[in-house]
Formats: sequence, structure tokens, C-alpha cells
Amino acid sequence: MDAKTLIQSTAFDLGRALRKGNTTATEICTACLEQVARTDDQVQAFVSLDPEKILAAAEASDQRRKNGQELSPLDGLPVGLKDIMAIEGAPLTCSSRILEKFVSPYTGTVGAKLLSAGMIPFGRLNMDEFAMGSSTENSAFRKTRNPWNTDHAPGGSSGGSAAAVAARQCPWSLGSDTGGSIRQPAAFCGVIGLKPTYGRVSRFGLAAFASSLDQIGPFGRTTDDVAALLDIISGPDPYDSTSWPEYLEPAMVQLNLPEEPAVLGLPREYFGEGIDPEVRSQLEQVIEAYKGRGFTIREISLPHTELAVPTYYIIATAEASSNLARYDGVRYTRRSTESNDAVDMYFKSRGEGFGPEVKRRIILGSYVLSSGYYDAYYKRAQQVRTLIRDDFLKAFESVDAILTPTTPTPAFRIGEKIDDPISMYLADIFTISVNLAGLPGLSMPCGLSKDGLPIGFQLIGKPFEEGRLLQIGKTYEQASPFTGRPAIANPS
Amino acid sequence: MQDRPEIDIEKLAVLARIELTGEEKTALSAQVADILGFFQKLQEVDVSGITPMAHPFEAAAPLREDVPADPWAASRSLANAPASRDNQVVVPKVVEDA
Repeated sequence: MDAKTLIQSTAFDLGRALRKGNTTATEICTACLEQVARTDDQVQAFVSLDPEKILAAAEASDQRRKNGQELSPLDGLPVGLKDIMAIEGAPLTCSSRILEKFVSPYTGTVGAKLLSAGMIPFGRLNMDEFAMGSSTENSAFRKTRNPWNTDHAPGGSSGGSAAAVAARQCPWSLGSDTGGSIRQPAAFCGVIGLKPTYGRVSRFGLAAFASSLDQIGPFGRTTDDVAALLDIISGPDPYDSTSWPEYLEPAMVQLNLPEEPAVLGLPREYFGEGIDPEVRSQLEQVIEAYKGRGFTIREISLPHTELAVPTYYIIATAEASSNLARYDGVRYTRRSTESNDAVDMYFKSRGEGFGPEVKRRIILGSYVLSSGYYDAYYKRAQQVRTLIRDDFLKAFESVDAILTPTTPTPAFRIGEKIDDPISMYLADIFTISVNLAGLPGLSMPCGLSKDGLPIGFQLIGKPFEEGRLLQIGKTYEQASPFTGRPAIANPS
Repeated sequence: MQDRPEIDIEKLAVLARIELTGEEKTALSAQVADILGFFQKLQEVDVSGITPMAHPFEAAAPLREDVPADPWAASRSLANAPASRDNQVVVPKVVEDA
């Protein structure tokens, strides 16, 4: 197969072509590497990429397949990884100066599952430093661009993971989502992104930001691809005590069942003021498409929605201030050369090593956890978190899934919000509640703005019902396929 | 804008163990005060009797079997250390001479 066809193909089609002997892992990885070489100066999605290692892994996969010893049907497919998950011997920077030279001494659970399926880790993808941000501008190394319009942000924090898939640099990728960090960049870049139910995917080997909210999840260009990648990375893990202890039905099983019209809830709090008119009209088109497929649409209320953003930023910053205490310049991080004694070493290493948003969040977290403020902020936020989760549980008594916009606007311009933290925090207003409640959330592309920027919608499901959620997403995919792709993704 | 709480940025920087420049202190004081003001919305909510939620699924968190495993070679952990000697991390002097 020629390189142009390979980079446009879905992971599913690539897997099929590999099995039929129509292509090889070496051909696929070479085509992806060429597409990176052609477009990287514009997209800047990768923090690091090791072509030699990738091609050696591809060759090993081809050899396995030749001998009839492939590790899985998807053996040999490249998968891009956000620079926050551990693969032994690979760099892991979290896009932070403080981890600039860090090399993982072990492979995390998700990485191990990919490798045992024969998949090829394809580069380290850029992100907001320690996953804190909504535009990938907080990376210490590069400013990733939106492939649809390079003046615009790709979203964040998994901006590199979304941009690379949109730019056809790799067929699929993994990111992490603490408050919208998979779904918001997926919407901005016109790809599909899934945040699984908390606990479905192990966090062992994922650098922690806010441990009660973080989840790893897939980006892809079809629901089939997203389901397949989710199934590979899911499952209980003795190394993560918060992973769900039971084996769950693979998402792919549900996805392949005959379509069954569902009841979709529209929360009125998500369709109020502040939504871009183009986002609103795209969502109306989505609602019509579902009605055309026999779905029932019901208005619902999630009354505590307006409290989600402040609740989230109290809980997430508190957890971050604890988690990031480990980066101290002592054992495995960059150490300041200016320090005179041990205590000074902590202060200077952290002062030099962290960027502005990370400092802001650690300081905020220190404040809300400090003596005298704990009850007023942290404990109260945890109580409001209960109210937010209960809103969803109540809603799910009468609907199968909830339909909302993923973001209030299409991708904003690079630089537009970087000096206004609160405005940046509000970019995640529709995605944050899902993390607080621990639910699965799926972002699907549904059209373009008149300026040619993608718009996405979000489906929120019941705990562990990713299969059903993807099936509902697939119904839309079939009713109204999103066929657009950025000009950059079309090699001349 | 809601009430802006008082911020003692020096104290917070010490709690967080982060050295801040004068410029950073000025910027952060204002930003943190704004964000805390934004958090005040939660103070209006009646939370009496509501159980705090620390974790999405309280039933989880089982323990694994207590089985001894092979430890890593020290060199593997020390590969990322900024300074090491004799299989140990080197740090600036912590205890003063008597």
C-alpha cells in the first residue's frame, strides 16, 4: 500500500491489511514517520521521537507475523503516547523542565498492555506541563498547533495526542483526562476522544496530577478504533488499588450489537448562555440526527453544574500540591546548581523547574489544604462533589446517556487565554463534572465552524458503560459521518 | 467579583517549597486572590449532612497478595539521580557539624 493511503487509514483497516499481507508494520511506521517529518514544524505535536527504535520494533513485529507468532490482531500498529506514561527506557518529561532528562526505569501497566499486544510506542506527545492546562501552551518545550489552523490551540492538556491523530501522524494515540484533557482537545482537533470510567484503566505508570480524577484514554478517528484501543488498555491491576477489581465486558462486544435507540438527556444547564451560536446549531443538527434514528430526547437538569469548575479547581489543586511534592531535586528530577543547602535545594529546584501554571496550582493547593482553610475549601468541595455526582445518578434514572457540547466554543487562538487563568479554566466547563462524578465521557466531532474549525459533542454514560456510549456514538457516526480533515493531512 | 481573601504569598511559597521571584510573587498574589474569590461560590451552598466524596467508587481499593518480589538493582533507580556515589543519592549536607 502507498504511504498516502496508509496515513489516511484507520487502525482497524491497517490491522486488516496487515493480516491479509497487504502491508507491513515497517511500511506503516515509515509512512507515519514521513508524515511527521513533513508536518512537524507546523503541528509540533511531539516532544521526542525515536525513528530508529520505532523501525526496529516494526521489523520485529513483521518478523513475528511472518512466523505466525503475532501477539494480537493489531501487532505492529504504532500508537502515540502522551509524554506522561511510563515505558522503560523511554523519556518521560510531562513537558516539564524538572523532568527534562528523566528516563522511565519501568513500564507502567498501560504501556505493558500495549507492548504485550505487539503495539509500537510512537513518540512522546506534547502536553500542558503535568497535564495542567487547556491549550498545551503550558509545555516547557513546544507550542503545539491546531492542525486545522495553526494560529489556534489544539486544546489541552493532551493537545499533542489529539493533534497528531488529526494530522495523520499516527492512526491513534493515548492521552490522560483529569478535567477534560482528552475530550476538549479531541473536540478542538476534530477527532474522537474517550475518558473512561474512573478505575477502568490502571494509573500505574501514569505520572499523577490529581489522583481521584486522572484516567488514561484513547484518541482515534472512528468509534471502532477507540473501542479497540480501550479494550487493550482496560482491566484490573494489582499495582493500582483504585483500578476496578472485576473484568468488564469489552467495549467492542456492545459496539457490534444491533443499534438500539436510546433515551438521551439534554441538561438545560449546558445549553444556556455562553455557548457559541455555531456550537449550538451543530448540536441541534446532532439532536435531529438522533431523532431520525428513533432516539428519544428528554430535557433534564443537573442543578449543581455551575459549582463544578470551582469544586474541581479546589480538589485538583489540593491533590496536585501533594502529588507534585515528590519533584524535589533529590532523587530523580533536575536539581538547581545554585543551592547552598538541602532546604535551599528544594526551593530553587522547584522554583527553576516548574512553569507558571504548575506553580499557581501548587500554591492554590497549599492554600486550600492549609490549617484553618481545610474545612472551608477542601472538605466543602468534596461535599459539593457528592452533590454533583448525585445529580448524574438521578438523571440516569430516566435517561441512558447525556448529550452536551464538549466545549462552549471552537478552538481559541494561541495566546488568547494564557494570561487569564479563570477564563482558561472555564474552557473545561462542560467536561469537568464527568471527572468529579467518575463517569465515562466521549467526544465526537460533528462539524466545522464557518472558519473551518471542528466542533464536538459529548456523550456522558453510566459507570462502566463505555460500550453503550461508543455504540451511541457510532449511531451518529453512521447517520452523519464526519469526513473532514485538515489540509495538512493531505500529502500533495 | 466575590470577596477576595487575604493572601500571604510568602507563607504559601514556604508551604509549597517553591522559590518565587518578586515578579512572580506580585502576579501570583493577585491571581490566587482572584481564583479564591471565584471559589467563594461554594460558600453559598448548604452542605450540612452531605458526605464528602474523596473517591468516585468507595467500594474499590482492594489489597493485593503480600508476595515478596525481586527488588530493582539500585543502579536502575539511581540512573535519574542528579548526583550519586556508592549506590546512594548525594545531597547537600543536611546535618550541621556539632
